Amino acid sequence: MKRILFTILSVLILATLALSACAPKVGSPTSEPITPPQGEPGATDEPVQEPVEVTVTIGFTSSITGAQEVSSKRQVNGFTLWMNQVNDSGGITLSDGTVVKFAFVTYDDESNAERVQELYTRLITEDNADFLISPYSSGLTSAASIVAEQNGKVMITAGAADDDAYKTGNTSLFQLYTPGSLYMSSTVDMLKTLDPAATIALVYESDKFSTGVIQGIKPYLAAKGFEVVLEEGYASDTTDFGPIVNKIAGSGATVLLGGGHYNDGTALARALYERNIGLKFTFLLVAPADSKFPELGDAALGIATSSQWELAATHTQEEAANLGIEWFGPTGEEFAAAYQTAFGDPPTYHVAGGYAAGLVLEKAIIDADSVDPEAVKAALNAMNLFIFYGGIQFDTSDEAHGLQIAHKMVVAQWQKNDVGDLVRVIIAPADVRTADPLYPVPAP
Amino acid sequence: MQQFNLLLTSLPDGILLGFVFGLAAMGLALIWGVMNVINLSHGSVIALGMFGTFILFIRMGINPYLGLVLIAILGLLLGVLIYFIAVNRVINAPHLSSLLATFSVNMIIIGIGTAVFTTSPYNVDFNMGSFRLGSTTILGTRLIAALIAILFTGGLYLFLYKTRPGKFIRAVTNNRAAAELMGVPSTRILALSFGLGTMLAAVSGALIATFFPFSILSGGGYELKSFVIGVLGGLGNPLGALLGGLILGVLEGIIPAFLETSWVPVIEFSLFVVILLVRPTGIFGAKQ
Repeated sequence: MKRILFTILSVLILATLALSACAPKVGSPTSEPITPPQGEPGATDEPVQEPVEVTVTIGFTSSITGAQEVSSKRQVNGFTLWMNQVNDSGGITLSDGTVVKFAFVTYDDESNAERVQELYTRLITEDNADFLISPYSSGLTSAASIVAEQNGKVMITAGAADDDAYKTGNTSLFQLYTPGSLYMSSTVDMLKTLDPAATIALVYESDKFSTGVIQGIKPYLAAKGFEVVLEEGYASDTTDFGPIVNKIAGSGATVLLGGGHYNDGTALARALYERNIGLKFTFLLVAPADSKFPELGDAALGIATSSQWELAATHTQEEAANLGIEWFGPTGEEFAAAYQTAFGDPPTYHVAGGYAAGLVLEKAIIDADSVDPEAVKAALNAMNLFIFYGGIQFDTSDEAHGLQIAHKMVVAQWQKNDVGDLVRVIIAPADVRTADPLYPVPAP
Repeated sequence: MQQFNLLLTSLPDGILLGFVFGLAAMGLALIWGVMNVINLSHGSVIALGMFGTFILFIRMGINPYLGLVLIAILGLLLGVLIYFIAVNRVINAPHLSSLLATFSVNMIIIGIGTAVFTTSPYNVDFNMGSFRLGSTTILGTRLIAALIAILFTGGLYLFLYKTRPGKFIRAVTNNRAAAELMGVPSTRILALSFGLGTMLAAVSGALIATFFPFSILSGGGYELKSFVIGVLGGLGNPLGALLGGLILGVLEGIIPAFLETSWVPVIEFSLFVVILLVRPTGIFGAKQ
């Protein structure tokens, strides 16, 4: 009996090992080196040198499951759209004739920081990723950035706004998002104009990103003369916001600034709507920027958020020309149309962030005229660029290397259009506004 | 004074929610009480109940409260199925076996649920209005959920004490061997008990979906609450579980009045440990 069991166990172990070896990596349909195309016979007898084709492997984890799933998937969609476009158009041709094409390797990080560290190590050591893109969210990126930095790998941090990772002496991280500490500044400026006497409740997810945003905006609120009457963090997995909404009501706040990510943000918005506590204005991080947010129905009305990119306020070549900064890549309309065709829904800023990560890497390789990581890193350090997503320039000081210093955010709000559908409009800054702010938001 | 007002405002919310938590915990307590099985698939069944409401209301337009009948029946059948597939063969084995068996079922449900629904959060945009009671707002969905939870508790009580299968369940709970000697078909009764416990989990999930967003992973949190409630009320004591649910609901209502909400689980689980140490049979006693 023992012998049979031992045999079965051995066969199972061998089968598992064999299957593991054969198992494809998630989303790596093009990770095999691309075969160089056969050249046409030349008109002369001189040997024609065929272009050398190299495949650059980009590694990242995606949250296919877990709390960051919604935004992470959009970020990955944006990135894959960029990669497919570049590869389909023949790749990047360097001055020596080398054609650079891209492949990616990715794994599900389950929205789990421990898995992120393990998987980024694997991406670097086993999959030999040449460059890295960050996972979505500051918390996960913080975990990944340690591994990237330890291995000297360039990592474009696409979905991570937290400032702290750039203030620890890192030299390989390059941030695309506006830093978290500046997330709410446009909103506060707008409030100062609309209602200088507003009293503020800061209610936020107790995670790295949201806490960083709140800590960043507090001095700015004080400088603008706003009184903060309530400051409260909540756990990421909170679903019952009843007690918190009651606290907000009891605090006398007229404006709520806070939130965190998609799951908690939608739950908080719904609780606020159900209890109708008379807030004049509500700003939540991240969740209202997603196109799924109107699934909340009327609870979405009037909720505002900061957005890294909106099609209605997309950046243009004219804007770049006026600033005397180089333009690169497609227009916002071209990007949005391509995404709509490929994925069937309008792009959010998370999609734009994923696409922009690829675009910035592409430009850095072009500028470096090489895929050598050190040359690409130097090109990123020197970058001062405008793309549809906005300005791209990285802090190169020792104190905050890689921090994004050129990108600006807009404030978007869910309002109803003429036929009563919920639409996201731009309400600040005033120069890109597409609608007046809904203030105060009418009671349900 | 402000905190006292906040206390009064949050207390009714906590009580109403406590009934629904209690209903979920009753399912766990019933299964433990009858067959000494800690059902680790409890949370995923709660999540399935949530998706039941979503599918019936959002996709098919059926009122969530009418849909409860169907969810209850499906929950019962699912429980019987789980029992015969995963639990029946290990019912007399050490506790670890049934623990692992139900954990496997949990992972299977979550795996299939993730493939079908992903782990994205879902919302059931269903509103039953609200009304003011003093300084507090009572939400219609929570009030009705609490009433339904009380109805189910009453129904379970009547079933256990007034019907023949219910008496069989109590007999098997007290002494399975003796019940079998008296001609009680213990396997069928155990399957029925597991089905009832699963049904209560599914119904509580269906009710929770009417006021909170959820995903296929949401059940885990409610399963943990069910454990705390089970220990508070007395393991294996379904009616104690309802009272335990009320205690937990009240705690969740009043703690945020004095502390940040992130302290709620700290205090809940500290209480869990204290009760285990001081009164392991629970406040209201164990099996009845």
